[in-house]
Amino acid sequence: MHRVAVLRFPGSNCDEDTLRAAARVGADPFYVWHRDTDLRGADVVLIPGGFSYGDYLRSGAIARFSPVMGAVQRHAAAGGPVLGICNGFQILCEAHLLPGALMRNERLSFVSRPVEVAIENVRTPFTTAFEPGARLRLPIAHGEGRYVAEPATIDMLEAEGRVVMRYARAEDANPNGSMHDIAGIANAAGNVVGIMPHPERAAEPILGTEDGAGFFASMAAWSGSPINSGAGS
Amino acid sequence: MTYRVHVRVMPRAGLLDPQGQAVEHALVSLGFDGAGQVRIGRAIELELDAPGPDAATARAREMCERLLANPVTEDFELEVEGH
Repeated sequence: MHRVAVLRFPGSNCDEDTLRAAARVGADPFYVWHRDTDLRGADVVLIPGGFSYGDYLRSGAIARFSPVMGAVQRHAAAGGPVLGICNGFQILCEAHLLPGALMRNERLSFVSRPVEVAIENVRTPFTTAFEPGARLRLPIAHGEGRYVAEPATIDMLEAEGRVVMRYARAEDANPNGSMHDIAGIANAAGNVVGIMPHPERAAEPILGTEDGAGFFASMAAWSGSPINSGAGS
Repeated sequence: MTYRVHVRVMPRAGLLDPQGQAVEHALVSLGFDGAGQVRIGRAIELELDAPGPDAATARAREMCERLLANPVTEDFELEVEGH
């Protein structure tokens, strides 16, 4: 069984949903407060959505310097799986664990609705349960989800197959103006993933859709060298 | 010596600035014909103790690079003023 750390910052608001989604697939999830410096033997780190530190300065800019992020950096460098959802994705970009940045939505408004996405990379610890090209309907809820990066970075992400998820509906495809319709990316090693949609809000029948459950099922099934040989699994 | 630091952070030229566009449309609809290329950034002021102006500037530059501006999407300008 995987031990799963769900980080909590002041302003996190998807932490309980994320913990519940992880528990549903048989993982052993627990909260880790942002001032903690130790992930308590976690095999996997989930950074939930919300508005850490009120999104002051820039989304994720201050959370990035929280004490816990040092431990997350070490976990990621050792190959440990990390998934950032929405504000978690913004934090991972600010922490330079993922390239690029998430800027104000093209049409300025906060967008909260389901969108259709396609899964393109099924080799990450969070996407092995999907078929390549799988279409999902997942909720988004963000004001700053427009993915931007230098053209050379975008080319690299595309060439290396690091676009994990893309907004995919034919009409009204792109809800925020993201470059290349990008909804989620991975780092070069593939163990760090950031996505704007919220799979934890679509992870059990009572929520109306289980399209997001595959992210957590993938995590639970992941056997790629856990960094904590002593704990869990 | 205490210095006053003025930081101006602007969205990088060439990147879409939807806030600037929205304000530009509002200005034009208010009758301010000829207003264009509106861009919106952020001004930050702080006081900084440093042994001299060069040290203060170097320190402020490091603050911008590490926190106050995002090197992927923003550019910054600094002004350091002695008291």
